[in-house]
Amino acid sequence: MWNLLQIELFKISKRPRTYIAFVAVAAIVFIFQFAFKADGQSYMDLMLQNVKDSFELEKTKAINGYFMCYIILNTLLIQVPILVALIAADSISGEANMGTLRLLISKPISRTQLILVKFAAATIFTIFLLLWMAVTALFFSLLIFGADDMLIFRTKGEESQILQITKDDIMWRYLAAFAYATVALTVIAALSLLLSIFAENSIGPIIATVCIVIVCTIISNINVPIIDRNVKPFLFTSYLVGWKGFFYIGVSPQGVPIKGSVENWPAIRNSLLILIAHIFILVGASIVVFNRKDIVS
Amino acid sequence: MSLIIEVNHLSKKFKNNYAVNDLSFTVNEGDIYGFLGQNGAGKSTTIRMLLTLIKPTEGDINLFGKKLSSHRSEILRQVGAVIEKPDLYKYLSAYDNLSIFAKMSGIKVTKQLLMQQLQMVGLHDRAKDNVRTFSQGMKQRLGIAVALVHNPALIILDEPTNGLDPQGIADMRNLILQLSREMGKTVLISSHLLSEIELIATRMIIINKGKKMVEGNVAELLDPAHTLIEVETLDNIAAKRLLLQSAWAPYVQNNNQLQLMMDKKNVPQLIKYLADMDIQMLSVNASHSLENYFLSLTTQPGHVEFASN
Repeated sequence: MWNLLQIELFKISKRPRTYIAFVAVAAIVFIFQFAFKADGQSYMDLMLQNVKDSFELEKTKAINGYFMCYIILNTLLIQVPILVALIAADSISGEANMGTLRLLISKPISRTQLILVKFAAATIFTIFLLLWMAVTALFFSLLIFGADDMLIFRTKGEESQILQITKDDIMWRYLAAFAYATVALTVIAALSLLLSIFAENSIGPIIATVCIVIVCTIISNINVPIIDRNVKPFLFTSYLVGWKGFFYIGVSPQGVPIKGSVENWPAIRNSLLILIAHIFILVGASIVVFNRKDIVS
Repeated sequence: MSLIIEVNHLSKKFKNNYAVNDLSFTVNEGDIYGFLGQNGAGKSTTIRMLLTLIKPTEGDINLFGKKLSSHRSEILRQVGAVIEKPDLYKYLSAYDNLSIFAKMSGIKVTKQLLMQQLQMVGLHDRAKDNVRTFSQGMKQRLGIAVALVHNPALIILDEPTNGLDPQGIADMRNLILQLSREMGKTVLISSHLLSEIELIATRMIIINKGKKMVEGNVAELLDPAHTLIEVETLDNIAAKRLLLQSAWAPYVQNNNQLQLMMDKKNVPQLIKYLADMDIQMLSVNASHSLENYFLSLTTQPGHVEFASN
């Protein structure tokens, strides 16, 4: 298996399309950083306009590396599934399109091994993409904007909240958030892999993955009780942004933030378990479908 | 001599159509086995079932005396294949492609081994070039190197001469003969170039609409007893009608020409009969090529007819 995984990673590393995702992430992050460096004050004025009288804040310190990374992740983690799909959706369909799938299947490796290796390679790509995001969005932002306490703007029910996390309580939250995002994006990779089995070029599965993510995200954002109860709990998109939970700091009954705590651990844990269950179901389905498939291309 | 391939009552049904229907054949060790049939006859489907790309609807496949379905990996380690076009990773070099597929075949890969293989197919000086810069013929040769790199005992070649120039075709023929005669490999080869099969195959099968038409030694099948006699007369229609009403009827071919498949030694009697019947003959040609034999089998009533020219 390790030998096969090495081969798969070698192939991915040699494909120009692999680097599109890394270039796209870097470009978006640097545009954000440039914009906030140039005119971040206007953004903070807009965000704080309702609370500026009741919340004392040194705005220049509010735009710091931690805050920048949070803003970037908030935007990017919605788009990154497309970048993950670029590679994962090409896993089987790309081989079918090139004609190499016939050769692969005629080698002494099982189809189950092949699917597991493709999935592992897509997961490793996802991890590298998130590491790249961490480097560009977090560490470069810290270099450019410096470190300070972090403000989180949050809408909870009808009410808008601003949470403040001290700078010595942030880094572990980012590590946890990136780990959670890895699991969430691995669901996308598993979905793309499954769709990839049905197609003979990668465009179809990429578009199908993006469509499924968009449709499910829209449904996840519909606030109707019947959908809340009966549909949302089963949609993986309802849990994709669960990483934010690590930044919702727990508060004491007196309203004082508790360092090292999060507001709702069980919700994060359950979201994570549901995402992992999705991964098992999608990869399992990929194995079953691929083992039954006749390679006629 | 042991059986390398044993196919028993193999069928494959796609929706309502049988691509392969109750097909049985055997390939012996050291054979160069020609696998012939028109387009859509079921050759590629059969080859794909031998390589586990397609699952049979019915029937068994045994390779090296073992059931393919239960000893897949063990068997495929001993098989090398070129399946239709030898598609490879275009964004990788010839060397990298060969290295990848050699590793997948489970062998220890060394630079020396890979360069040796590339030299064998005349690509050693293009080893580091991306496959996307290769001509179809070069890709075909690289495909052969990929098929042979792990030193398989059985080589399955589906249309291996596609895209090759005449010199390439001759080189391929020599390579296949060398693999069989000098290295004792068993080769199953399907090709549209019947003259090539005729030159190299020791045994062959002809299939049509997924069914076996004939199987046997090439030398026996191309026996003078199966010579195609083409007669040209002033009135071919009348001559054919006359022959169909005579004792020659079983030998008359069902096509638009006046052709008979018969033993060559009976030609003088045929000429005498036609002369006695006042048929004015312009020419009589006898040939017994594989192509003629193939055409005679595949244009029988109930089978797909070739367009006559």
